Amino acid sequence: MRATWRILVIDDEAVMRESLAAWLREDGYEVDTAPSGREGIDRARATDYAIYFVDLKMPGGIDGIETMMEVKKLRPDASIVIITAYATVDTAITAMKEGALEYIVKPCNPQEISLLVTRIIKVRKLQRENEILRRRLSGRWHFHDLISKSPRMQEIFGLVKDVASLRSTVLITGESGTGKELIARALHFSGERAEKPFVGVSCAALTESLLESELFGYEKGAFTGASERRKGKFEQAAGGTIFLDEIGDISPKVQVDLLRVLQERRFFRVGGSEEVSVDVRVVAATHVDLAEAVKESRFRDDLYYRLNVVAIHLPPLRERPEDIPLLARSFLERLSHELGKEAEDLSEGALKALLGHRWPGNVRELENAVERALVTAKGRILTEDDFAFLRPVSEAARGWSVPTHLPLSDVEKTVIAATLKRNEGNVKETALVLGIDRSTLYDKLKRYGIERT
Amino acid sequence: MVAIGPPDDEVLASVEPAVAGAFGREVRRLEPLAEPAGSRDAARGQWNAPEMLKTLLAARPASAERILGVTGRDLFIPVLSFVFGQAQMDGPTAVISLARLSQAFSGLPEDRPLLLQRARKEALHELGHTFGLVHCLDAACPMSLSTGVVQVDRKGEAFCASCAALVRERTPVAPPPEGRTR
Repeated sequence: MRATWRILVIDDEAVMRESLAAWLREDGYEVDTAPSGREGIDRARATDYAIYFVDLKMPGGIDGIETMMEVKKLRPDASIVIITAYATVDTAITAMKEGALEYIVKPCNPQEISLLVTRIIKVRKLQRENEILRRRLSGRWHFHDLISKSPRMQEIFGLVKDVASLRSTVLITGESGTGKELIARALHFSGERAEKPFVGVSCAALTESLLESELFGYEKGAFTGASERRKGKFEQAAGGTIFLDEIGDISPKVQVDLLRVLQERRFFRVGGSEEVSVDVRVVAATHVDLAEAVKESRFRDDLYYRLNVVAIHLPPLRERPEDIPLLARSFLERLSHELGKEAEDLSEGALKALLGHRWPGNVRELENAVERALVTAKGRILTEDDFAFLRPVSEAARGWSVPTHLPLSDVEKTVIAATLKRNEGNVKETALVLGIDRSTLYDKLKRYGIERT
Repeated sequence: MVAIGPPDDEVLASVEPAVAGAFGREVRRLEPLAEPAGSRDAARGQWNAPEMLKTLLAARPASAERILGVTGRDLFIPVLSFVFGQAQMDGPTAVISLARLSQAFSGLPEDRPLLLQRARKEALHELGHTFGLVHCLDAACPMSLSTGVVQVDRKGEAFCASCAALVRERTPVAPPPEGRTR
């Protein structure tokens, strides 16, 4: 039994339409018909047909060539056969130029049409196989929620597997948006602690005293409002993994406390006198150059060495461009499903635009860009126009004069404050626009003393 | 079964038992039908197969599950230059044309046994469509697609195992006439 392929016949003449449909049905194809170009386009929007037979001359509304062009917009890979009773070289050339696969003159020889359909279906089968193989191949690049075919990243995935079941502390470094938390999760979920909790803490988002009580918990009456004893993140992660994000931003006091936990696996709750023991694997991450911070005495060297037992450095996206198409397609597949959109792929132009961007916000920025393009896209294929917002900053920057007399930190502070104000204090939106992650933004808000309201 | 236009009794007599055997049905012959008015396309010098099917549908007795027309005229459907026959998929009517099955169409001496054999194969093919069968990939099966007599001659006169199974499934034994069970 052959697989059922769907064919659409678009012809205004009922007798032509139905006789071709009947003949194709005898060949085992599932055939739909449409009496006008407009209805044909609507059908093409709803269903992906293997072949479209389109009559060239259709009175009123849109003719065969226009119908074909509209179908091509919806289905760039559509196999379109133009049918006409008025064979002229000119129309044949126009049809082929606009993307028709074949051009037949009715009445046509049954053998001609049969061979044509068989040939097109053969190509469609190969395309389908190719697609399946491509998907299988891309599966090779998946590691937990991470996707990469870059040799450097593959090496990192290997290292993660090797150290997953050890208790050694891991320090993950890399720019914002490179996937530090995903690596931390992969470490946890591919190791022996997978069944135990994974607890994440963003150190930059909290003040020193809040961070302390967040990490170590507190005793009843430890401070105003501490009406009962509360377990901290270390205790919540018992047996599992604690992920300390933005570790480079913790205060000297918390650095001392952390060092003690790492050395002795014991700590005191805030306001407590009883020591608490925990078996927790510590994975820390930072976008800050900790070695440099140690040199400048901003970070304790003993803590640095305790954290840096296993070091994983994630390369920025611009250093692994081979991952851009892979990641973009993966985000497109997931997000189009989540957003209820029917986008299927990215055009060559769109990929070129993505490859030409520097991605300061790395993979997270790429994901956001695909989401933003998807939300506004009209077609099933995202084009470079859908990614117009990525075009060089100079365009967006037009209308403001670049300051040439300010320290960089003042410029950064001004830009952050202005962007936050424009987004009405919404940190998520502001971070998205600035291409940095939320914890980095919190850190900068704190550092520059910028109020959210 | 019914001739459309002048009947070729030898063909009808040859096709009847083949159809009866292949589908397990009794075959009766109706009086010949006149070619439907308007079915001839003067410009093409051919007869319109869908028009023939309409005439057959109107002529079908209520007791007949299927009606097969046999014509000597060269048939076409509007989109194709010719057809050996035409059927309603899963419907009650089918028609076959003897015109192109005859050696004389190609300017060769007439070969009656060959014509009868080809007519039997095409009758099974078109009736197969009325039972929902589609073209078979087995070139030796009567349900395989023929766009020329060479392919018709390559076919056998018995359905392949798959098509035969489908025919059996779709042609359950008819209930016995009233009173025969007592």
